[in-house]
Amino acid sequence: MTGSSPILEMSGISKTFPGVKALSDVSLTVYPGEIHALMGENGAGKSTLMKILSGAYQADTGGEIRIDGKPVEINGPLTALNHGIATIYQELSLAPNLSVAENMLLGREHRRGFFIDRGAMENSCRSVLERLGVTFGPSTKVSELSMAERQLVEIARALIANARILIMDEPTTSLSSRETEALFALVRQLRAEGMAIIYISHRMAEVYELADRVSVLRDGTYVGTLVREEISADRLVRMMVGRDLSSFYKKDHDARGSRGPVLLSVRNIGDGQRVHDCSFDLHQGETLGIAGLVGAGRTELARLIYGADRRISGEISLVGKPLSIHRPEDAIEAGIVYLTEDRKQLGLFLDMTVRENVNLNVLGRDARAGTILNLKAARDRAAAAIKALGIRVAGDVVPVGSLSGGNQQKVLLSRLLETKPRVLILDEPTRGVDIGAKSEIYRLIDELVRSGVGVIVISSELPEIVGICDRVLVMREGRIAGEVGGTGHPPISQENIVAIATGVKEAAA
Amino acid sequence: MTPPNETSASAQRSGGAGVDAGTRSLQKRLAWRSTLQAIGMLPVLIILGIAFQLMSGRFMSVQNLSIVAQQASINIVLAAGMTFVILTGGIDLSVGSILAAAAMVAILGSQIPEWGMLGIPAALLMGLALGFVNGALIAFVRLPPFIVTLGSLTAVRGLARLLGNDTTQFNPDLPFAFIGNGYIFGVPWLVVIAFVVVLVSWFILRRTVLGVHIYAVGGNPDAARLTGIKVWAVLLFVYCASGLASGLGGVMSAARLYAANGLQLGQSYELDAIAAVILGGTSFVGGIGSIWGTLIGALIIAVLSNGLILVGVSDIWQFIIKGLVIIGAVALDRYRLKGSART
Repeated sequence: MTGSSPILEMSGISKTFPGVKALSDVSLTVYPGEIHALMGENGAGKSTLMKILSGAYQADTGGEIRIDGKPVEINGPLTALNHGIATIYQELSLAPNLSVAENMLLGREHRRGFFIDRGAMENSCRSVLERLGVTFGPSTKVSELSMAERQLVEIARALIANARILIMDEPTTSLSSRETEALFALVRQLRAEGMAIIYISHRMAEVYELADRVSVLRDGTYVGTLVREEISADRLVRMMVGRDLSSFYKKDHDARGSRGPVLLSVRNIGDGQRVHDCSFDLHQGETLGIAGLVGAGRTELARLIYGADRRISGEISLVGKPLSIHRPEDAIEAGIVYLTEDRKQLGLFLDMTVRENVNLNVLGRDARAGTILNLKAARDRAAAAIKALGIRVAGDVVPVGSLSGGNQQKVLLSRLLETKPRVLILDEPTRGVDIGAKSEIYRLIDELVRSGVGVIVISSELPEIVGICDRVLVMREGRIAGEVGGTGHPPISQENIVAIATGVKEAAA
Repeated sequence: MTPPNETSASAQRSGGAGVDAGTRSLQKRLAWRSTLQAIGMLPVLIILGIAFQLMSGRFMSVQNLSIVAQQASINIVLAAGMTFVILTGGIDLSVGSILAAAAMVAILGSQIPEWGMLGIPAALLMGLALGFVNGALIAFVRLPPFIVTLGSLTAVRGLARLLGNDTTQFNPDLPFAFIGNGYIFGVPWLVVIAFVVVLVSWFILRRTVLGVHIYAVGGNPDAARLTGIKVWAVLLFVYCASGLASGLGGVMSAARLYAANGLQLGQSYELDAIAAVILGGTSFVGGIGSIWGTLIGALIIAVLSNGLILVGVSDIWQFIIKGLVIIGAVALDRYRLKGSART
């Protein structure tokens, strides 16, 4: 790469939203044939910078973007595409009701006169799809594809537009580990073909594996760039948060000492489809992990316990008392709450304020005469939650949709905590959350466990599971395939978990 | 390569949580924005009023304004019920038909000797029951609101004709005629009722747990269910509320006319009610909106109808102009709020 001239130079880029300076004087240089990772906490300005590059936002005057050394003006998504800049967003932007070919050429359909030329479209798409080595054809409907396959369609769309700069915003968020491997191979292939790839990720492991260089943003400013040999977790974390993370995974409670009697007891529950015959106990003051591959039935198990889906077999009891949970409100009433993995779709009310979101579960408890809102209690609770969880927000009447991922997650967490739960089920509690907020969430889990709450953590990030859990159940194909960390079971380690999750090692459940 | 700047980062953090001086301007901006949203279409209403005054010279008279308020009152009541429904992301097309059926019941009830006042609770009950049927089909059978209320638009219209033997029912000695034509402290009863309905709606939406749940169901139904909100109860409530409002509308129009006609009464009232809600800035997909917006929306429609007559515009052109104003006003609103839609 040295010796070649940069394909993209951004310099002095600033962006001011009314009241907020999102970027100030940021620079970024990218060479052809490199994977350039962009890191920073949520709210550091990564997405804003990329949106400027892809034409979704306009930068403040004064900055400059040069492509192949020539200054360009990017004033819309189409100009960006014409300059060879393509973006694959976190939330995929495909139309599921259309075919692969139609999606790839959306807005640039081949025409014959007034009519669409489907044959020509599919032919030109087919060659690109073959280059990517995919198994589906151009006429397949996108709704029939998996998340990973849809991502490939997005990449194919970039290729057919002759993109030379590909922006990938957390592309592995919804992929299994095998799909991630395949994506990495493809990204490397694109690099070898001379594509410049800007790769946004929160996952340190991915950056280690892929990146040629890493640039770090913090609070809207450019902190620095590391080349491959200089990349280390310590150094990146320090650059991102501006301080050392002495104990990132917080587990101050003593697993044996704090563990009390059995709190939640689940016996033989199943839904007849994706969860079969699952039994386990959760003790008071314990962090119980549930690991497994994507699709192993972890979320489905949690939703059954919470009453979100219909259970066809099994019993649930809390401190020995059997519960009849048919709906989420029954679970909440009993003191069991569930943090969804999909906070935007299933958790938060994005148009409603932080205050309303924090209070939503306890409005009835605070209300006067059963239904009249207690405005003062709501205000106090919101203020206390903002303080206790360190939610960074301009005020509690801001719509929660305007917050960064980490702060949204804290709002959702505080809503659950307001109910004073005895059992907390956390599904991917740190997904899409920046490093600073992550460590704060770990600290919070630790505090809750010490106060006697039973916490179940479902996570795809093995270091997280290993770092914070006292005991881990491993699921495979809808069943609890094994346990690590408990007495009489193998010790907690990533290797032991993966072995059970993939079926390499059959452990007694 | 810049080394990590420790000082600026720690300063940023210590001042991070909660409200600090740097965010005051943002808060001011948010406050200003919510004011803008609350005011919504008020400027349009005022401009229309001034324009009609200039053109006709008699729009702003106390007497004419009182007429406008009376003409708006029934639509305000229907639109208040409609606001509940649309806030959950639903729609109620049956309000005009329910109004006709309820008005018919009110007239029939008023003919009971000595107990003519029973016509009022009977009509309210009729509206509530029909709203309950709508709500039950939507909440329990999970049919789409558009389909359910489209069906009841037709079926209830038939019911209204059936109740009155397909003729116009009169009662010249209507015991509750004061509602339609009387005054209290110089204010028409119709206007007082409409205003009370708006106040009660505001209280439910903004000061009760149920109100927050209505916004939550409209904003994100899946999350609402997972949050433990009884979504079915909320849906049942809003259609009952809309039915009850239609029943009240039926009483009001029966009292005004001393009569009810199953075929003609309340025809296309649902469109005026929906137009008022949308003019008031309530989102058609639910979750965003306010009852004050609806009030202003209903007043705009009434001002247009009245003003165009005063100015002497023909009936045909009234329709065309009203339609265009509705589209134009909403377009203006979208354009105005577009810039602030981010943050």
